[in-house]
Amino acid sequence: MSMRTGRAARAGQYAALLGYLVFLAFPFLWLVSTAFKPARELGSLHPTWIPENPTLDNFRTAFDEQPLLQAAANSLIAALCAAFIAVLVATPMAYVMARRRSRLSTVATGWVVISQAFPLVLLIIPLFLILKNLHLINTLWGLIMVYVVWALPFALWMLVGYVRAVPAELEEAASVDGAGRLRTLVSVTAPLLAPGIVATALFAFITAWNELFFALVLLKTPEKQTLPVVLTHFIGAEGAADLGPLAAAAFLATLPSLVIFAVIQRRITGGMLAGAVKS
Amino acid sequence: MTQGGGFVTLASATVRSERHGPPGSPQDRRFRPVNRSAGTWFLVLPALIPILVLSVGPLLYGIALAFTDAQSGRTRSTQWVGGLNFQDLLHDTLFWDSFRIGLVWAFGVTVPQFVLALGLALLLNQNLRLRWLARALAIIPWAMPEVVVGLMWRLVYNPDAGILNETIRDLGLGDGRDWLTGLATALPAVIVVGIWSGMPQTTVALLAGLQNTPHELHEAAALDGAGAWRRFRTVTWPVLRPVALSITALNFIWNFNSFALVYVLTNGGPGGRTRLPMLFAYEEAFHYGQFGYAAAMGCVMVAVISVILAVYLAGRLRGGGDR
Repeated sequence: MSMRTGRAARAGQYAALLGYLVFLAFPFLWLVSTAFKPARELGSLHPTWIPENPTLDNFRTAFDEQPLLQAAANSLIAALCAAFIAVLVATPMAYVMARRRSRLSTVATGWVVISQAFPLVLLIIPLFLILKNLHLINTLWGLIMVYVVWALPFALWMLVGYVRAVPAELEEAASVDGAGRLRTLVSVTAPLLAPGIVATALFAFITAWNELFFALVLLKTPEKQTLPVVLTHFIGAEGAADLGPLAAAAFLATLPSLVIFAVIQRRITGGMLAGAVKS
Repeated sequence: MTQGGGFVTLASATVRSERHGPPGSPQDRRFRPVNRSAGTWFLVLPALIPILVLSVGPLLYGIALAFTDAQSGRTRSTQWVGGLNFQDLLHDTLFWDSFRIGLVWAFGVTVPQFVLALGLALLLNQNLRLRWLARALAIIPWAMPEVVVGLMWRLVYNPDAGILNETIRDLGLGDGRDWLTGLATALPAVIVVGIWSGMPQTTVALLAGLQNTPHELHEAAALDGAGAWRRFRTVTWPVLRPVALSITALNFIWNFNSFALVYVLTNGGPGGRTRLPMLFAYEEAFHYGQFGYAAAMGCVMVAVISVILAVYLAGRLRGGGDR
């Protein structure tokens, strides 16, 4: 399209891009700004973008008001376990789905699509009853079980894509060279698949780290709750005094996923682009 | 991320049908590392068992619950009540209010988001200088926990200390408003947040679809004297259509089913003006303990969503036939 784009059109394009950048960035900048503002500036009727006297008080208060460290630890355990288990069980199945077309693959594919469409309330009520009978309500293990199954559809799908990206010819060549099936998997397929497995695990981690609904229903006591649930406690009391700690806690809770996502984002979109181009 | 990595799913889904030769074709007669043996089951079962026990099973159980009077913390055993819950639901004006709000919210988020994202994707597909920045910033809404997105926008919308009202005051447009608690402004205000939080995903997915457009076709059309609009309509859109259709349908469904964002922003208020169906069902189930009734709500939601999915699938099949 570039060949006949006039100067005015170019200017329009940059204006649109700028608008988008502002729209994307301004709530986040405001969050960061609020997190570092002293209470006095937060109470002012004319808030400024840049804190005049930046302070870390809000972070201190946030940790005093809510069990943030405990909550972060709970979230970390739940997300790590869920990601690890999900990838561990999904990878073999994804391998079968990618390498062999069978009824199983068709059904599993259908399930992936359908599972995206179900309102979670239809899943959580029975899960709540089941976990209650197993005495797993208000435990991280109960939540981890739910997160594993919740992460499986997209973990499977991502992994199927990554397995397909490993040329079957390589495995074929290895087997022609006399390598056994297991040997082929371990020394040819696994190394090529490893980055995809890591990306999938990180994605599963973020999803669990960010999740609210299941955690809200399944975890009752504050010392068991995950970070998103504890963050909602900051809403409780309205008023300017609480905005600072709220912003500070929210800012901290975002950092891990932002960092992880920055690392894997290229892989995710890259994978999508590769898939799209190949068709 | 409301429900997993849907867009990854989506991109491969569009590709899936075309990548593999039909069974029996030369492509199919390749080396088969996996065969129909006990070993295969050994590979599949670790994932299959949790899926059946914790996903498929509970879903069926959940549908069954909709036909019972199940309640939490009750000593009397649960009874089958047939379609009673659904009959009650039919007359529950609060539920239908929330259903209507859910539809308004889902349309209100999905449609503008798609239009904006399409424009952006076209923009980012050009050789613009700040392209990298847009991609880098897109991570923020994409990776943020929905709870944090909600909290963050509460800060933006805050009547006194929020940046929105401050900007309005600075520009001399008045004193600003109490956006999230105003009866008229609450739903539009949360819709804006919904658009904000899902836009990068939609944009990236559309961008992936755009990269699919054959460049030579574009140039050929340009040489033939086709303007930008005609090139879009005849070259870009036919290629983009299946992806666009999947994205809008899935977005619609996710938005209709969404919970966390609005739970944090308004918790359904003021006066139920932003009470999405999921919020309503959640309250019904876990505040009032009406498991059976809430399950019935879930079923109605699924029924409507299935219709939408069917329309989308039909549309996609038709789109495939066009090519």
